[in-house]
Amino acid sequence: MAEKFLMKGNEALAEAAIRSGCRHFFGYPITPQTEVAAYMAKRMPKIGGTYLQAESEIAAINMVLGCASTGARAMTSSSSPGISLKGEGISYIIGSDLPCLIINVMRGGPGLGGIQPSQADYWQATKAPGHGDGQILVFAPASVQEIVNLVGKAYDLAETYRMPAMLLADGMLGQMMEPVEFPDTEPVVHEKPWALTGTKGERKPNIVNSLYLQPKELEDTVKARFERYAAVQEKEVMIEEYQMEDAEFAVCAYGAMARIVKTAVVKARAQGIKAGLLRPITLWPFPVKEIGSYGHKVKSMLCVEMSMGQMVDDVRLAVNGACPVSFFGRTGGVIPSPAEVLAEIEKMAGGAK
Amino acid sequence: MELTKRLNLITGHYGSGKTNLAVNLALEAKKQGKSTAIVDLDIVNPYFRTADFAGMLEEQGVRVIVPMYANTNLDIPALTGAVDSVINSGEFDCVILDVGGDDAGAIALGRYAPAIAAEAYDLFYVVNQYRYLTATAEDALEVLRDIAAVSRLSPTGVLNNSNLGEETALETVLDSVPFAQEVARLAGVPLRATAYDRRLGGAGVPDGFPVDIYVKKIWEP
Repeated sequence: MAEKFLMKGNEALAEAAIRSGCRHFFGYPITPQTEVAAYMAKRMPKIGGTYLQAESEIAAINMVLGCASTGARAMTSSSSPGISLKGEGISYIIGSDLPCLIINVMRGGPGLGGIQPSQADYWQATKAPGHGDGQILVFAPASVQEIVNLVGKAYDLAETYRMPAMLLADGMLGQMMEPVEFPDTEPVVHEKPWALTGTKGERKPNIVNSLYLQPKELEDTVKARFERYAAVQEKEVMIEEYQMEDAEFAVCAYGAMARIVKTAVVKARAQGIKAGLLRPITLWPFPVKEIGSYGHKVKSMLCVEMSMGQMVDDVRLAVNGACPVSFFGRTGGVIPSPAEVLAEIEKMAGGAK
Repeated sequence: MELTKRLNLITGHYGSGKTNLAVNLALEAKKQGKSTAIVDLDIVNPYFRTADFAGMLEEQGVRVIVPMYANTNLDIPALTGAVDSVINSGEFDCVILDVGGDDAGAIALGRYAPAIAAEAYDLFYVVNQYRYLTATAEDALEVLRDIAAVSRLSPTGVLNNSNLGEETALETVLDSVPFAQEVARLAGVPLRATAYDRRLGGAGVPDGFPVDIYVKKIWEP
């Protein structure tokens, strides 16, 4: 077998999870992520794993909750409307301090919306994946290779901090094909003394639960959880900075959208506009310090998304008024072209001169 | 590559590059002076499909038939009556059917099997050694068997389309030839051609078929 393979983003998501030790997949098909489930259905029986098509997304996420409580690496996958259905279960998993991997291959919304690529679930993923005080780790790969690299990382950090991790991709990334290599590294194995694996009469039973009878007890639990969140924000931020050393104009974008922006940045540079790209790889924790540090260095920032403008809120909070932040986006399944982004960069550069 | 039959069915594992090959074959047939129609029969894949190139193909004089809701937000794989028309009538010298991936996509072909089998046809099986689930000849053959079963049609040839996307070198193509030959041998059909990106030159590629790359990402030049 060759070392390099040509893979669809969705296939790479599935294979990378398997290689990270995931043997339990619970899902329900939805375009444009169906290949994740289809791939798992083909592969899991061959490697002694479980592929289970649940009767609904709600059932699937609750199966993940049950599976994760035993300490196994569990996974579910869906696209925008399906993730909304999973919201309650995600909140329960957060409240139960369980690690798991959730995939969202975003499509146009709201509602049934459409099946073409979108990034309109940024708010949902980073602000309120479910009800209550809580966060999940959110990773935004920009290439099929980065999908492979981040899936293992997502499981590792999810188990380190005992919280769910989400890979937030869009339909374009899920469907496109690129060459990938799988690293030889073994998955990081974490001790899970909290897991429900049977006491064998040798210890007190573990309890996995998100219900607290006393308000004070719930407050203490949530506060302890937020201390872990603070550690995540301190240590686990990932960002790519491209041509930012001498940049006068920064463009912020994530995921496959950032690939389009990179092309536009290269074209802008060719015209003498000193543009650069800031690409958050972790959307939560958001690179607040890293993006904020450019607030006084650049003349202006532009945020480009396949939405009406969601991450732009976090960019504005990060720069805290130090420079103007404008927004450009297309939504509903329309993908901004490199030429459209270039025109916005030119507008930004012209306005600042 | 010369297409000798009127009906040409392009099948394969999904992501093997059927659409790019189908578009190239249609343009090649047209260049050879044949009246040509291409049918996007993909009922599985939401994006990166023949329907994306309808404008370009029509400009070149190739008739394009696409599912009614292709590239819309409706996830309804409805095929049109025009598909029956081009298969059954002798209106076109050359008809190319770009079939969806795997057996899931080839199911759509089964509906037309009686009409197709009524005349001599070519059912090409497209292979790419660098696709993860069909990296061995045995795995590739398994997918072909599934496709033949649901389409109720027999393969007549293998098309080698092995590539690593933007990282494809001439060696990438040359290295894949023994694999494609083995798939053909196991399937009991000839290896009809090995496709390669025209820009690679194709020196030493047996039965080489130079192709242009139409299926691209939005940021690629």
